[in-house]
Amino acid sequence: MKGSITLDTVPSNTFALITSINADGPTRRRLLDLGLVPGTRVEVLQRSPMGDPVAYNIRGAVIALRKEESSQVQTSR
Amino acid sequence: MSSPIRQLLDEAAKSCPNQNEVRDNIVKSIYSSAENITSNTQYVEDKKSTDWSRKIDNILTSPIWGFPIMLALLTTVFWITIAGANVPSSMLATGLFWIEDRLTEVFMALNAPGWLRGFLVTGVYRSLAWVVSVMLPPMAIFFPIFTLLEDLGYLPRVAFNMDRFFKKAGAHGKQALTMSMGFGCNAAGIISCRIIESPRERLIAILTNNFVPCNGRFPILIALATIFIGGSVAASISSIIATLTVAGLVVFGITITLFISWLLSKTLLKGVPSSFTLELPPYRKPKIGEVIVRSILDRTIFVLTRAMIIAAPAGGIVWIMANTMVGDTSLLAAFASWLNPFAQLMGMDGFILTAFILGLPANEIVFPILIMSYISGSGMLELSSLEALRHLLVDENGWTWLTALCTMVFALCHWPCGTTLYTIQKEQHSWYWTFLAIAIPTAVGIVTCMIINLLAKGFGLV
Repeated sequence: MKGSITLDTVPSNTFALITSINADGPTRRRLLDLGLVPGTRVEVLQRSPMGDPVAYNIRGAVIALRKEESSQVQTSR
Repeated sequence: MSSPIRQLLDEAAKSCPNQNEVRDNIVKSIYSSAENITSNTQYVEDKKSTDWSRKIDNILTSPIWGFPIMLALLTTVFWITIAGANVPSSMLATGLFWIEDRLTEVFMALNAPGWLRGFLVTGVYRSLAWVVSVMLPPMAIFFPIFTLLEDLGYLPRVAFNMDRFFKKAGAHGKQALTMSMGFGCNAAGIISCRIIESPRERLIAILTNNFVPCNGRFPILIALATIFIGGSVAASISSIIATLTVAGLVVFGITITLFISWLLSKTLLKGVPSSFTLELPPYRKPKIGEVIVRSILDRTIFVLTRAMIIAAPAGGIVWIMANTMVGDTSLLAAFASWLNPFAQLMGMDGFILTAFILGLPANEIVFPILIMSYISGSGMLELSSLEALRHLLVDENGWTWLTALCTMVFALCHWPCGTTLYTIQKEQHSWYWTFLAIAIPTAVGIVTCMIINLLAKGFGLV
């Protein structure tokens, strides 16, 4: 897939298209429940002062995710 | 689960090798039908408000301004509380002690026995008067400001900014929110720990919540910082210096929280951090009326009533202890002198430690107890100003800045109050964790005070 990167490496103030979620178990459920289903367009917003977590605009809600979670979300630009 | 159902489940699992795919498709279809519904029914209003939220967020969570703004807000809230509470506090004290004098006259006129007057007026009424005059003004100022910040939507941003520290400590960023609640009341803070889903991280938050000074302990910090730290500089900047001292103690408490959280997640509560998601809701215009009603009725009156319910009998008991003679000293003095050698090692004295122990039901009464036990040993009858308090502590009981500092540190780090312990027990159903909730902060307080005391005396600072 062209330009397939994980969500945590997507730069701020750009958009990413969710392609798949690599996590399993409760984390997977949690991420899906937030609306991170394949095909969703997510906007990367600001980073916290220490660089992590990062805020994302997911379907109109601003949700902060740690690197541990966002690195399990595969996206294409 | 009964075996036929299990059999069916097993069969279902076999027939569908990729369960994740099925789950994904379920969620996906839920979201797409939800999308369909919203696109047909909802129209997007102008994006102004989200733009605003974003612009504010870019400042409040920026690498440069995020932390300075947080610290500045914290300090400002304390400063408004300290500077604003001073005058109403002394007015309340004057009024309430005037009533005490009238009460005394009534008892005298009725020819009531001395012990009854002592128990009811000097014991019960006076500690009530103290609790009200010392606690009510700071609470009536602090709670509305705090509720305002809550209503604006600032607190989740604090969690967002602080999360990296909590992650390093093996804890959850939402612990910043439960700590914020702890400023009001630790028991409320413990209940708010329910917002942390992972049991391990919730326990860490519960066990360390006490390192945030609650409203019952703020008055001790504020009074001592005003008298001993603020009092040693020019009057014009004294409330600012006192504010900085209190803010410094709070930052110290946050540091201890992170350190103990880290220690717990490396030892007793080992484990990997659970998944972290935090919603940053858009900023809202606070509803001023609601803020005032909620902060005054739900918080101020609630906390004050609880404090008064506990202070009344405690005041009576302390009066009895201070007036029951064992040989030629009172029960209270005997207990205090028994504790004194140990308390001295911690830079305090026996009466201070006694007050902390007797203050177990509620931290609000620690200071009234201390004052009452000091007063019963001196000829002083009234105590209506900070100046009189200074005189009582410094001239009559030999307090130095070191005594004040150690007392403030111990107020910050010791066992939680009875209500908080009861809440922890109710939340966790475990005597083990409740015991640890006592032992951890107490050990931290004892060790820290001893180190401060040894260093100050070793370097000849006192």
